[in-house]
Amino acid sequence: MAKRIVELRNITKSYGNVYALGGVSMHVEEGEVVGLLGDNGAGKSTLIKILSGVVRPTTGEIVIRGKTVTNWSAARSREAGIETVFQDRALAVQQSIVRNIFMGREIHGRFGWLKVHHEVSEAHRLMREIGFTSKVFSPLSIVGQLSGGERQGVAIARAIYNQADVIVLDEPTTALSLTETAKVFHFIRQVKTSGRSIVFIGHNIHHVFDIADRFVVIDRGKVALEKSRADVATAEELIEFMESVARPRLAGGAASMGALA
Amino acid sequence: MSGLAEGGNQGSAAPLHPAERPWRRFIMANRAGLGSLAVFLVMMAIFLVANPRVFSTWSLYSSVLTTLPVALFMVAPLVFIVTAGEIDLSFPSTMGFAGLAFAWVVQAGYDPFLGIAAAVVVGVVLGFLVGLLVVYANLSSLIATLGMNFMLRGLILIITQSKSIALETLGDSWAYAIFSSDVGGIPVQILWAIAFVIFAALLFNRHRFGAQVHVVGDNPDSANEMGIDVRRVRILTFAFMGLGAALAGVFSTMINFTWWPTSGDGYLLPVLASVFVGGTPTWGGIGTIFGGAVGALTVSFIQTGIVGAGLSGFYVQFFNGLIIILSLLGHRWNQIRYR
Repeated sequence: MAKRIVELRNITKSYGNVYALGGVSMHVEEGEVVGLLGDNGAGKSTLIKILSGVVRPTTGEIVIRGKTVTNWSAARSREAGIETVFQDRALAVQQSIVRNIFMGREIHGRFGWLKVHHEVSEAHRLMREIGFTSKVFSPLSIVGQLSGGERQGVAIARAIYNQADVIVLDEPTTALSLTETAKVFHFIRQVKTSGRSIVFIGHNIHHVFDIADRFVVIDRGKVALEKSRADVATAEELIEFMESVARPRLAGGAASMGALA
Repeated sequence: MSGLAEGGNQGSAAPLHPAERPWRRFIMANRAGLGSLAVFLVMMAIFLVANPRVFSTWSLYSSVLTTLPVALFMVAPLVFIVTAGEIDLSFPSTMGFAGLAFAWVVQAGYDPFLGIAAAVVVGVVLGFLVGLLVVYANLSSLIATLGMNFMLRGLILIITQSKSIALETLGDSWAYAIFSSDVGGIPVQILWAIAFVIFAALLFNRHRFGAQVHVVGDNPDSANEMGIDVRRVRILTFAFMGLGAALAGVFSTMINFTWWPTSGDGYLLPVLASVFVGGTPTWGGIGTIFGGAVGALTVSFIQTGIVGAGLSGFYVQFFNGLIIILSLLGHRWNQIRYR
């Protein structure tokens, strides 16, 4: 049984009297890829923001490596080794790959003078680690020249530089073409090989199915389904499972969650 | 570079990526500045052809090299501000104020070095205050600094009753010998200004502060997310502008042996023009100190050149504008804006 790095216990989040999350429990084990699925407005984003410390839960417990953490914040989340790659990727596109990777954590010597060669060779190492090697681009290339998938690679390289144990990828393949999506998957597999855990958020079931070891389906602020990859033979089977849990919703009762992202 | 070469050992082809070859890196990194340099050289060639006799006399260059440094002290910091996504129009009054502090101290009989220290303190504090105002009140830097420029100039006029201060004894001081004399016919100011520009370029390209200035101007949200104190970086660029303006004020006062209540006013447009002629775009995130320096060189030679080429002074404004527009068109074509 692998160690649990992060555990969220019975997390709720309400905005006024609207519940975005109504008691969610989930965990991330060492070296696994968790696929977090759910419709728009199911509560995925809220859950991710709680995991990365941007949003505080209304109630619930956050346990890091067996210890309950109080005063959860973005800084605490980073200290705990959780790095989040947000949907907008947060890159400075007119700058080089190197400058983006070391943004806010520049490698410098005395009086703040940069060690540029050190940064470049570190960037080379990180890019190799995630399999982002290209004859066309070097760490000194401008991010604006890269494709969507490659930009995602820069964001991932930046995340692993921080010695992260858990990397949270918020819809990293949204708006990417098939080839670009394949690139991102390639990076993710490389990160997994290095023993890090990944939480992969997506709404394209096929994408998540290809990469995850375990699936967690969120629906209307609750965990509707949790399945190990071994228990599901095909993506279609997973879709069937999801439809079966979603059926009551289709049958009746307007969902109040729909408005919340 | 040894660390880089390791990466390419599986391919027998070029071990270094083309973008990492030193000369190519240099050209790509200084593309805008080199473009401006080409424009400058063409302009000078035209002047030289138009009037070879005037343009081969050293005194013409010597006079430009005396006044150009004052602009350079302000162009380099302004590149930082524009790259950080802001603008500053208050530096002329900061220059005036810092010069006033210098003049007062010298007039009171203290050593000019003390006067320089006073000017630097005044300049940095004023720049810092302007930065605080823009950043913490979240004001448009264009309008807020325009307001500050009027306000500070107004204060100068009120305090001094618009009287100039003559400093007759300045010429005998050590400070004058070090900062304002000439070495073998070359005005020493230009050497100090070049040193300052080199320092600024290193700070811009090879220092944490410069790296953060770039990122803040490029994507402030991203910078914030990665733990950069965006407000602090922005305020520091204004404080650095204050330092540059203070040095400009001191040098200008030393050149003239006089501090004028209007000191700095004439630099507003030429300094702004130099930054953009040099190839720093208006949208933030990228900039070039080297280009800014070449821009200042171009702008300061336009006036001298046109008069020297035998055209009447009426042409100066027209050619100033023409050069600015042509440079912008050139950079537009030369630079892609990545989004």
